[in-house]
Amino acid sequence: MRRELIEFRNVSFRYDEQSPWVLKDLSFTIYEGEFVAIIGHNGSGKSTIAKLVNGLLFPQEGEILINGIIVNEETIWDIRREVGMVFQNPDNQFVGATVQDDVAFGMENRGIPREEMVKRIEETLQAVQMSDYRLTEPHRLSGGQKQRVAIASVLAISPKVLILDEATAMLDPKGRKEIMGTVSELSEQRGLSLITITHDLAEVVQAERVIVMNQGEIWEEATPREIFSKRNELRDIGLDVPFVAILAEGLKQVDLKLTKEPLNQEELLEELWILHSKT
Amino acid sequence: MDITFKNVTYIYQRNSPFEHKAVDGLSFHIPSGSFVAIIGHTGSGKSTLIQHLNGLTAPSEGEVHIGDFKLTNEEKPKNMKELRSRVGVVFQYPEHQLFEETIAKDIAFGPENFGVDQKEIERRTKEVIRQVHLPEELLDRSPFDLSGGQKRRVAIAGVLAIQPEVLVLDEPTAGLDPRGQKEIMDMFYELHQQEGLTTILVTHSMEDALKYADHILILNKGKKFMEGTAVDVFSQREALQSVQLDVPEVVEFLIKFEKKIGKQIPFHNQSMKELAEEIRQVVKGVDEHE
Repeated sequence: MRRELIEFRNVSFRYDEQSPWVLKDLSFTIYEGEFVAIIGHNGSGKSTIAKLVNGLLFPQEGEILINGIIVNEETIWDIRREVGMVFQNPDNQFVGATVQDDVAFGMENRGIPREEMVKRIEETLQAVQMSDYRLTEPHRLSGGQKQRVAIASVLAISPKVLILDEATAMLDPKGRKEIMGTVSELSEQRGLSLITITHDLAEVVQAERVIVMNQGEIWEEATPREIFSKRNELRDIGLDVPFVAILAEGLKQVDLKLTKEPLNQEELLEELWILHSKT
Repeated sequence: MDITFKNVTYIYQRNSPFEHKAVDGLSFHIPSGSFVAIIGHTGSGKSTLIQHLNGLTAPSEGEVHIGDFKLTNEEKPKNMKELRSRVGVVFQYPEHQLFEETIAKDIAFGPENFGVDQKEIERRTKEVIRQVHLPEELLDRSPFDLSGGQKRRVAIAGVLAIQPEVLVLDEPTAGLDPRGQKEIMDMFYELHQQEGLTTILVTHSMEDALKYADHILILNKGKKFMEGTAVDVFSQREALQSVQLDVPEVVEFLIKFEKKIGKQIPFHNQSMKELAEEIRQVVKGVDEHE
């Protein structure tokens, strides 16, 4: 049985008393080493979850536990050591004059000794394949490279969970794929929990579990494959259905029987190839 | 209005060490009423091209014709203001240009400058706010109280209020979420059809080019790299890749399909339903040639 890492217990949140509830009686658990995707359209409450996890916001009702510790004003500094966050716009998170200064920043704040810092800078930049850019000024990097550096900066404080809050939204499809590849590899190597918060269904494919948010509540919790099969319902709550899922639906309608819901083009082609070789 | 570029070259910082050609010997023709997508990387000359369309820049060499207006290095049209009232440009992040106290005033700014009378401005304001799918009640509110997507709609309404015949859109969906992107693009498409506009869309999105444009122009380093319908352009995947441009997902799938199954399904901008049927025929072997 895996250990619980993040636990939401009947959490409700709103920005002030006049506003509607952003999250309504939300309960879920994320385990150590798990890769979970939280998906929903704008205003579904998904980003609020991220801000609650590391104490940028506090809930009005219910409680949140990180590694067994309740998140409150006294514990946030301990919590933030466990939780690393990468946000949407990399330009808003750079502070250093060079890539390595930037990676050092979080560690300096936590009083990590210099020798250890040097070691970790090297290690984490290598992990995100940015070693060659140690002395580059961040503004000379592409969007995808900036996000890699942002991820390295977070990894350097060796958190237990990495939260990507729409971290690939401003990248092109290729940059998106690369970043998701990097982080899922890292999470496997380091036993890091990974939470990706996104509105892009194509990005949930690698997750073990998907939590779909709608109007502040959990609309569905399932594997990516199960989620992909609910095309019409997903459209109803404002999510874009990936090409491969739409094509799978079309094939079903012309009586081409697929054994499972394909998650990507390769899986679909494999099935078509088997069907083809049978005839 | 028909748009024609004849051998257009635009040179920045001429006769200096920094001299370079942003647009280089560009020729193309856009018939009135068409929806054209212009695709290219940063530095491909897209923005310089756009600036010629309403006379913000004149070509260093060659000729630009927009309807009856003609722009060359020697002659600028005397009635530049009229040209600008007929070519509406929605620049990138147009919401950064909002400045008035109320949404109604912001929308009125353009037509006022072109000397449209008050009564007509009021009529247009109500019309364009409806066209961008915002409620009329918002007109007296400050544009700065709105969400990002709504602000963008207000800025677009301001361009529509000058009632242009040509609408130029420079990456109009940048920074919006997928639902917002689709809503804005569907809105432009609706306007294009209802108002009989000539629409020019500058985009990075191959999917949008495929979905909305009847003609695609691809630029690379200031030159025309390719031109044609979606089928013409996206069938040439290798050429596109040679300039680091992607193809839409369906085209990518068809290429992989041919590799894996060994049979080709040509891309002809088919619907998902047609594609499913074509796949069934190949997979089930009901191809008449077999």
